[in-house]
Amino acid sequence: MRRPSTKVLVAAGLLVALFLAGLVSRLADGDPDGLTKVSEDHGFADQGTTHDGLLGDYGSLTGVIGVLVVLGVAGGIALVVRRRDREDENS
Amino acid sequence: MHVPDGFLDAPTSVGTGVVAAVAVGVALRGARRELDDRTAPLAGLVAAFVFATQMLNFPVASGTSGHLLGGALAAVLVGPFTALLCMATVFLVQCLLFADGGVTALGTNILLMGVITVVVGWAVFKALQAVLPKRLSVVAPAAGIAALVSVPVAALGFVLLYAIGGTADLSLGHLATAMVGVHVLIGIGEGVITALAVGSIVAVRPDLVYGARPVLEKRELVVRTSDRAAA
Repeated sequence: MRRPSTKVLVAAGLLVALFLAGLVSRLADGDPDGLTKVSEDHGFADQGTTHDGLLGDYGSLTGVIGVLVVLGVAGGIALVVRRRDREDENS
Repeated sequence: MHVPDGFLDAPTSVGTGVVAAVAVGVALRGARRELDDRTAPLAGLVAAFVFATQMLNFPVASGTSGHLLGGALAAVLVGPFTALLCMATVFLVQCLLFADGGVTALGTNILLMGVITVVVGWAVFKALQAVLPKRLSVVAPAAGIAALVSVPVAALGFVLLYAIGGTADLSLGHLATAMVGVHVLIGIGEGVITALAVGSIVAVRPDLVYGARPVLEKRELVVRTSDRAAA
């Protein structure tokens, strides 16, 4: 079996992530999540305060931007932190 | 499970902030051993995938939804130290760009949904790997079970923090029951998504899956010997 190169795999994975954030996210359930629901049921939801996010709410466009920002930041950190290729370095 | 500002008091939030910062510092050092030129691009992808998947709330019970946390998934794919860096990036971006999770609660969210899910997920995965047959086919189901377990443990982590510095006076027993109950259900979704995601990468490029390395190393030794013999 021919295996896809790392580049192809990362590109395909990124497309999946963009597809999920940009389109599939429209189908996401709008009900409160586990913690939010529990906080409502147990009467401490109103203790929570909110702030304004720079991009506002999750949407198709902002979701795609979010994916790319996360990719850039985490990928950048990984590139800085990684060890440069040297022969036979294990552990 | 994103904690907003105001659920926990200031001292507790400072405490979780310090713990999260130390954990990220440790991860920055540890990730060096996990990342090389070959696997570094995967770290960015894993973080992006976790971010995208966290947008996809699925229904779990009447009027309640949940989404993947992703710590176990990330740990199996890129290793636990790198996984924490990925998760911390996700929570930082969610907090700043989308106000998803409070600013003073950033440390709390990194601790609960990052540190706990990565540590618990990785520990359960390694324990399963130790007792199960050393086969590639076991990697994805083991990752799924590890992911399932990690979610209710993170929920218990929240209850513990609430016991220390919750801002409302309520029954911790009831809180624990409710939090664990709903997060077991969310954990089942987490387990399924994790097993599918890990399984699909194991199917095409098992060499890129950090958690599959112990299984592959055994196999590759055999392959190389036979190559050399043939040449």
